[in-house]
Amino acid sequence: MSVLVFLEHHGNELQKGSLGVLSKAASLGDPEVAAVLVGAGVRALAAEAGAFGAKRVYVAEDASLDPPTPQPRVDVLAQAVAHGGYDTILLANSVLAADVAAGLAARLEAGLNWDLVDLERRDGELVGTRPALQDSVYVEVGWTSQQRIALFRAGSFDAAATGGGEPELVELAPELEEHSRGAKVVDQQLEASSGPSIEDADVIVAGGRGLGGPEHFTLAEELAKALGGAVGATRAVVDAGWYPYSAQIGQTGKTVSPKLYVALGISGAIQHKVGMQSSNVIVAINKDPNAPIFEFSDLGVVGDLHEIVPKLTELVRQRRAS
Amino acid sequence: MRIAVCVKHVPEGSARIDPVSKRLDRSGEGALNHFDANAVEEALRLKGESDTEVVVLSMGPEKAADSLRKALAMGADRAVLVSDESAAGSDLLATSRVLAKALEREGADLVLFGQQASDADGAVLWAAVAERLRRPVVSQAAELSLQDGSLRVKRQTEFGYDVIEAPLPAVVAVSDAINEPRYPSLKGIMGAKRKPQEVLSLADLGLEASAAGEAGSGTKVLALADPPARGDARKIEDDGNAAQAILDFLVEKRLV
Ligand SMILES: Cc1cc2nc3c(=O)[nH]c(=O)nc-3n(C[C@H](O)[C@H](O)[C@H](O)COP(=O)(O)OP(=O)(O)OC[C@H]3O[C@@H](n4cnc5c(N)ncnc54)[C@H](O)[C@@H]3O)c2cc1C
Ligand SMILES: Nc1ncnc2c1ncn2[C@@H]1O[C@H](COP(=O)(O)O)[C@@H](O)[C@H]1O
Repeated sequence: MSVLVFLEHHGNELQKGSLGVLSKAASLGDPEVAAVLVGAGVRALAAEAGAFGAKRVYVAEDASLDPPTPQPRVDVLAQAVAHGGYDTILLANSVLAADVAAGLAARLEAGLNWDLVDLERRDGELVGTRPALQDSVYVEVGWTSQQRIALFRAGSFDAAATGGGEPELVELAPELEEHSRGAKVVDQQLEASSGPSIEDADVIVAGGRGLGGPEHFTLAEELAKALGGAVGATRAVVDAGWYPYSAQIGQTGKTVSPKLYVALGISGAIQHKVGMQSSNVIVAINKDPNAPIFEFSDLGVVGDLHEIVPKLTELVRQRRAS
Repeated sequence: MRIAVCVKHVPEGSARIDPVSKRLDRSGEGALNHFDANAVEEALRLKGESDTEVVVLSMGPEKAADSLRKALAMGADRAVLVSDESAAGSDLLATSRVLAKALEREGADLVLFGQQASDADGAVLWAAVAERLRRPVVSQAAELSLQDGSLRVKRQTEFGYDVIEAPLPAVVAVSDAINEPRYPSLKGIMGAKRKPQEVLSLADLGLEASAAGEAGSGTKVLALADPPARGDARKIEDDGNAAQAILDFLVEKRLV
């Protein structure tokens, strides 16, 4: 087995998820784990990759590769695979990495198992673990193709420095396909991490599309105030402009673990779940008895939030006052 | 112009995996993957009053025709279903191979996908299809517009928003926040029956049986296991007293 790990970076920082996957790779038994870095100024990140277990780092250093589009990265990874003859390619899930993984799968005709939370070697075979159907069943998956691609769920592995030394550097001069040059990033609105911090709140009341409109977010705000907490939101309502991005919880938002998480009109998609599943106590109100959120709530309430929440807020206020 | 929309027929309610075949049990009732309704809606919005043709495409069992008919009832013009015994059990590699073949035949200027299939939750298929078609791809589109042979997308990433432009022909996956899908009107439902609906086999697409299904896949399911046990979760139905029940629960947990 020879392993190649795709490393994602933002600014001049390697992403924790990528480093976690790199640490995992180093524990699988390949003594020569390699990694790939793509973009501007990435050469400087190679040493850190070494400390987390990479023995060799492919560097495609080019300003034109800096915008985070997937297809040029497929080209670079295919080049690295051809150079080193890797049979196993690992990626930490992200908006970018998911598209890179699937594009590479089609390019190499290599099987892709996604949303894995673990990977181990069993009798020489690689076996991945994937929670499926709203995590109600755990599926053990393998590969039938010569090359194998695995995409891991966010937060599956801790990043652990292995004490490895300077890695061998291999510079790649990127050769991009025609179709990889089509998509261009023309603007980036990077959100500063300022704004009200929900990461430290003991109580979070989060609202989803089930609130019915931006004007109904006051329901969440009032309940949050009564409970002494902060307000969170799903991507669906943030993208729709109902609530600011700084309040978004989930894969592309914040990861929170309050003592109490109250979900109002939230379906409980995996991408939302990964941002709040480690909350101590989860209470969900949803009118759909089949909503996935009930699979991981401590108290699930099937009902109309517009009926229940005003009453609940009032009851909490009364109790607090007494 | 022609817009093709890839839609999936997914099991309704709570799905299960067949313990013997280790495949998703598709014998029960199914419905149009609700994330794909956003893609159909976006195609119809882009079409507007123009003479653009909107084609909906699916690979699936014969019953997937129901989901295609729903898309026609919403307003799509034509449907193509690839249905073949040999395609059952297809993974990402096999599915993308079949869909790419069918899409080549359509020669669409724009191919749209939904944000994720609610049964598979892959949220990756478009990138494999785009690679096979050798076309630019943009995913997670929360806003989409077309202008002079190119498209512009606003999408959310882990760091904020990116605005991306790409020339047509291209592949776009839309997010579920991009629009509010319309409900089919009675007229739409009646009219859907008369719209062209094609059913193709793998052979019709010039594909060998081994190009799809398990033979054409690169992954396999080895075993099924129970998820890690969870504590005692409770679920109640609101009978008018849910607010009190929640408060009692919070008191019991010492959270208020
Ligand atoms: C790459 C990627 C990244 C993503 N990142 C994130 C992320 O960071 N965070 C995130 O949240 N999502 C993320 N998503 C989106 C995610 O998959 C879901 O689409 C989103 O979480 C759904 O939001 P929602 O629950 O508000 O809306 P919906 O799924 O539409 O759910 C609304 C719920 O409200 C219920 N409801 C409606 N009316 C009422 C009522 N009156 N009373 C009670 N209940 C009611 C409905 O039954 C439904 O279950 C991501 C998706 C992808 C593909
Ligand atoms: N069998 C299929 N036929 C047509 N389109 C599909 C099929 N499976 C998935 N799709 C499309 O691909 C998107 C993402 O699916 P997935 O990657 O499986 O989550 C869906 O929203 C659909 O637009």
